[in-house]
Amino acid sequence: PQVHSLQELRRSASLATKVFVQRDYSDGTTCQFQTKFPPELESRIERQLFEETVKTLNGFYAEAEKIGGSSYLEGCLACATAYFIFLCMETHYEKVLKKISKYIQDQNEKIYAPRGLLLTDPLERGMRVIEISIYEDRCSSGSSSSGSSSSSSGGGGGGAGGR
Amino acid sequence: MTPGGGSGPMKDCEYSQISTHSSSSPMESPHKKKKSVPKRKWEVFPGRNKFFCNGRIMMARQTGVFYLTLVLILVTSGLFFAFDCPYLSEKITPAIPAIGGILFFFVMGTLLRTSFSDPGVLPRATPDEAADLERQIDIANGCSSGGYRPPPRTKEVIINGQTVKLKYCFTCKIFRPPRASHCSLCDNCVERFDHHCPWVGNCVGKRNYRFFYMFILSLSFLTVFIFAFVITHVILRSQQTGFLNALKDSPASVLEAVVCFFSVWSIVGLSGFHTYLISSNQTTNEDIKGSWSNKRGKENYNPYSYGNIFTNCCAALCGPLSPSLIDRRGFIQPDTPQLAGPSNGITMYGATQSQSNMAAATPLLQSEPSITSEELPLPGKTSLSGPCATLTLGQPTPPSSMPNLTSDSGLTDIIPLKEEHEGHQFLTPEEAPSPPGMLPSGSPMAHSRTMHVLSLASQDSLHEDSVRGLVKLSSV
Repeated sequence: PQVHSLQELRRSASLATKVFVQRDYSDGTTCQFQTKFPPELESRIERQLFEETVKTLNGFYAEAEKIGGSSYLEGCLACATAYFIFLCMETHYEKVLKKISKYIQDQNEKIYAPRGLLLTDPLERGMRVIEISIYEDRCSSGSSSSGSSSSSSGGGGGGAGGR
Repeated sequence: MTPGGGSGPMKDCEYSQISTHSSSSPMESPHKKKKSVPKRKWEVFPGRNKFFCNGRIMMARQTGVFYLTLVLILVTSGLFFAFDCPYLSEKITPAIPAIGGILFFFVMGTLLRTSFSDPGVLPRATPDEAADLERQIDIANGCSSGGYRPPPRTKEVIINGQTVKLKYCFTCKIFRPPRASHCSLCDNCVERFDHHCPWVGNCVGKRNYRFFYMFILSLSFLTVFIFAFVITHVILRSQQTGFLNALKDSPASVLEAVVCFFSVWSIVGLSGFHTYLISSNQTTNEDIKGSWSNKRGKENYNPYSYGNIFTNCCAALCGPLSPSLIDRRGFIQPDTPQLAGPSNGITMYGATQSQSNMAAATPLLQSEPSITSEELPLPGKTSLSGPCATLTLGQPTPPSSMPNLTSDSGLTDIIPLKEEHEGHQFLTPEEAPSPPGMLPSGSPMAHSRTMHVLSLASQDSLHEDSVRGLVKLSSV
């Protein structure tokens, strides 16, 4: 039923806007995203939930890019086989990426889709941004949850707040 | 015309690019049949790359020098194994061909790996992401504009205490991440760009640097190894029959010795240079520009270095291998144009001048009032100013000094230093950077309608030429 609701969201609601969470380069080029709460999401989702999602993602990426014993072992093993082992072995990074995409799907179903939001896996956007699509209900009946109905009556999410 | 399995992947690529472009072309019709087969992403990849084996292999477009490298290595090693090794293994030890074989295997493995893998290409921004960036740039420039020339697009971030400027790439429509650079030959932004190496027929970047380094390191060992044992071979023979007769008996050794003699210096020098770079965690690009050299100022230091040589080496050679970001073998999603099409970001600019027009054209857009309200420059409202990311206004980019080009790259590789300008180099007039307020109202619409096709095809000026050529041909 949850997957159904995701597809339902894509079909029944129209895409209003997209919010992009940018990378945080303060610790170097490792993949980390800014945890600053985008104001467009103000009326859609609780700040805590969002921050927790981003922090969890950052944790996953930190795990994937960690330099230490196991990564050295993997690197040396691969080097010893003239890197032919990569033809048949999955790297640690790829395993974590699978975990991440599962996590994002999970979060979408549980938290974001009921609020009319959708996260896109950063991998599909070149790891530059976390893309959050904000959907509006086409007929403002607010079928799914309280979050989306309240915002649609408010006249279009974050945009109206500026006036 | 079979859709997926054309005679060569290169041909396939060309056809698909042409067929995506203009529907008015008479050349179109025969290629239009391939609807049933879903296309993979490499077939519409915007950079100038070659793909083989249905996208598994990725190279730069010019690969002539790569074949020269391949031939040189194969011929020299082949001659060594065929003419020197039998004599040497008999007279000295059979370990010589064994060690040579292992080295050769390693060299070929790393060479092919370097040449055939994705160097770390950053995919271009989706139309929505690009529009979002445009909006942020406008907000940052909005208060101080009034000049005739749009200010340079840079963004400053602080990395480990060092301020680093991120430049906007007009081709890829992104702020290049730190250490990334746009390769003018492949027309891609490459992460941790080192240089474009024609000898391996690929860029050298984040994802294949370690392969490249192991390649030149093992190749320098192999060259020294072959050179040493070819000399040994000739000396042993000349002790028996005299020098001239020895040369006459194994003429191949002479050829090998000559090839090795001329290549050994540059290869050993290059691997020494890259060993230095790895130990200080720099790229060739940064070293040549002197990005972190003390000459630029006392507080200038390399923010990416781990502080000690050992960790730098381990991180570069044995660190985690990052994934390819371009998903070349993935299928193009049929619903992407619908999602990416009439979305907010793009219509934003058109909305100022032709709001009614926009509303009519995009019936899905219900929240229009909210959009126009968002267009007001409200600096606090967007996700622009992170704690460490601020857009700087009107700051001229420092002249990218290219002082010691000759001394450093006198080795074998080419470093395209034109990165300041390459963005403009390939721009079609349509995408030329213009202050968004001045965009003609029609252009965003055209974008949104044929977006997924145009944005890929229009960037390739070469491709435009080829289309024109084909049209000309067909009319004759």
